[in-house]
Amino acid sequence: MRGLGNLIWLELKIFFREPMGAFGTVVAPVLVLMMFGRIGTRVLPRAQSAATAFFTVDVPVFVAILIAINAVASLVAIVSIYREGGILKRLSTTPLKPHTILTAHVIVKLILTAITLVLTFLLARNSILTQSKIPLASFMAAVLISTLSILSLGFVIASIVPTARFAQPITSIILYPMVAVSGLFIPLSSFSPTFIKVAHLMPLTYAVSLLQGIWRGQPWGAHVGDIFALAAVFFFCTALSTRIFRWQ
Amino acid sequence: MNTAKPVIEVSNVRKRYGSTIAVADVSFEVKDGEIFGLIGPNGAGKTTTMECVEGLRTPDGGSIKVLGLDPFRDSYQLRDRIGIQLQEAQLQKRIKVWEAVYLWSSLYRKQKSDGDLLLAQLGLADKRDARFMTLSGGQKQRLFIALALITDPEIVFLDELTTGLDPQSRRAIWDRVRDIRERGKTVLMTTHLMEEAERLCDRVAIIDHGKIIDIDSPERLVNRHCLERTVDLATEDEAAETVFRSMPQVTNVARNNGRLTIRGNGEDLVTNVIRCLSDNRIRVTDFRTILPNLEDVFIKVTGHSIRD
Repeated sequence: MRGLGNLIWLELKIFFREPMGAFGTVVAPVLVLMMFGRIGTRVLPRAQSAATAFFTVDVPVFVAILIAINAVASLVAIVSIYREGGILKRLSTTPLKPHTILTAHVIVKLILTAITLVLTFLLARNSILTQSKIPLASFMAAVLISTLSILSLGFVIASIVPTARFAQPITSIILYPMVAVSGLFIPLSSFSPTFIKVAHLMPLTYAVSLLQGIWRGQPWGAHVGDIFALAAVFFFCTALSTRIFRWQ
Repeated sequence: MNTAKPVIEVSNVRKRYGSTIAVADVSFEVKDGEIFGLIGPNGAGKTTTMECVEGLRTPDGGSIKVLGLDPFRDSYQLRDRIGIQLQEAQLQKRIKVWEAVYLWSSLYRKQKSDGDLLLAQLGLADKRDARFMTLSGGQKQRLFIALALITDPEIVFLDELTTGLDPQSRRAIWDRVRDIRERGKTVLMTTHLMEEAERLCDRVAIIDHGKIIDIDSPERLVNRHCLERTVDLATEDEAAETVFRSMPQVTNVARNNGRLTIRGNGEDLVTNVIRCLSDNRIRVTDFRTILPNLEDVFIKVTGHSIRD
């Protein structure tokens, strides 16, 4: 793992040198949260309990998922740009081991996810409707576990995208439908049995269940199944991408 | 004659991509301290051969030893001892020159060269804080040379180092490559520029369609394959053409706009033409000799130009 620390530090610096990219990553989730917050506090009557549940639990979870998906999309884009530009090949001529390069990028994305999440909830904290105390540290841990699991899926996507131009659309095509069936907007119980089976094949479904539970203050013990599923996705996708990943 | 021990030994290496044979059967040795060039047109198999030697690709057959190691099996052991510059490589657009040098030097276990000294020697001292994307083509190539040299490697691999550069940058880079040899390093390089090979390489291997046609110093290759010499002169003497035609060595004399182009075989053709001018009191207003070069050797041994 020689060079891992240097590579992480360098990639973080390089990320912040691209002002639009860095700005967009943080600003988009803050805006979404503040917008929903305003609708929740000003526009809708507070009495509607279904609406309250939506604004107090689903919106923050949605924002967290958004941050995680941003991390995955940006990982896929960076890996494909680095591959197309020969940067991965250039690094592979050094004693640096391939998994060190990939680990560095995963850690960079996790760090950026954590930073974005903290900034988002700091900047938009007045917009979030809360009924009780939020276990923020646990929620952060849950977001990072979910992100790590989806990032591994990102590596599988990064392994198959033909060029950097296709990275963004392919990531969207794969990830956004997963959000739709994750149970975030429509409860899983209202789906047909076939659809529920499909939903349970998607890692985001477990991420949503874990995040909703932790945000509501449920104990980790209640979500062992979700964590197990996310871990399974991580190990499966990591194993798969080490087989199909292309360096050039 | 360089009698040093070989540091790279390549024998009967083959590599194919699908139905395309990139390297058909390649064998050569590179000796300690020499600049060895693989020369040939694009697609001849130079880069594939080089990448097999570097351990970046596995050959389908044959054997390769670099510093006594198997480049594929012992790849991590070897990478600490060699420096690689790749054809058409890039770095992160916003990485700074010093950061790249610092990162690279942190990746190796062994003693490193002084990064700032290296940048100064390569004329990049004032670009230390510049981002990679702002560098010119020549500056990027010099940075890649710096990265290849950062660990003070025993062998340096340079793939199409000056392709796409202007003549001035190209000459500056040639000087740097000569410096590498001065420091006692071995260089294995590829090029499709015959002038580059002639000026830099101690020995070259002519490679075409994945096969090595001949290996020797540029000078000996020229003497072996291209005995023809050409003298081009300007004269108003009407009788000159007949005089030159009667010389035994001369194979062809062409007249064009008051100039005569005399072709013949043998290294002493030029001396004999001068003697003939003097003996026959032929007045000339211009006199040029055209000596064959590697380009002519290439056409002679492969039957086509390197640019085809």
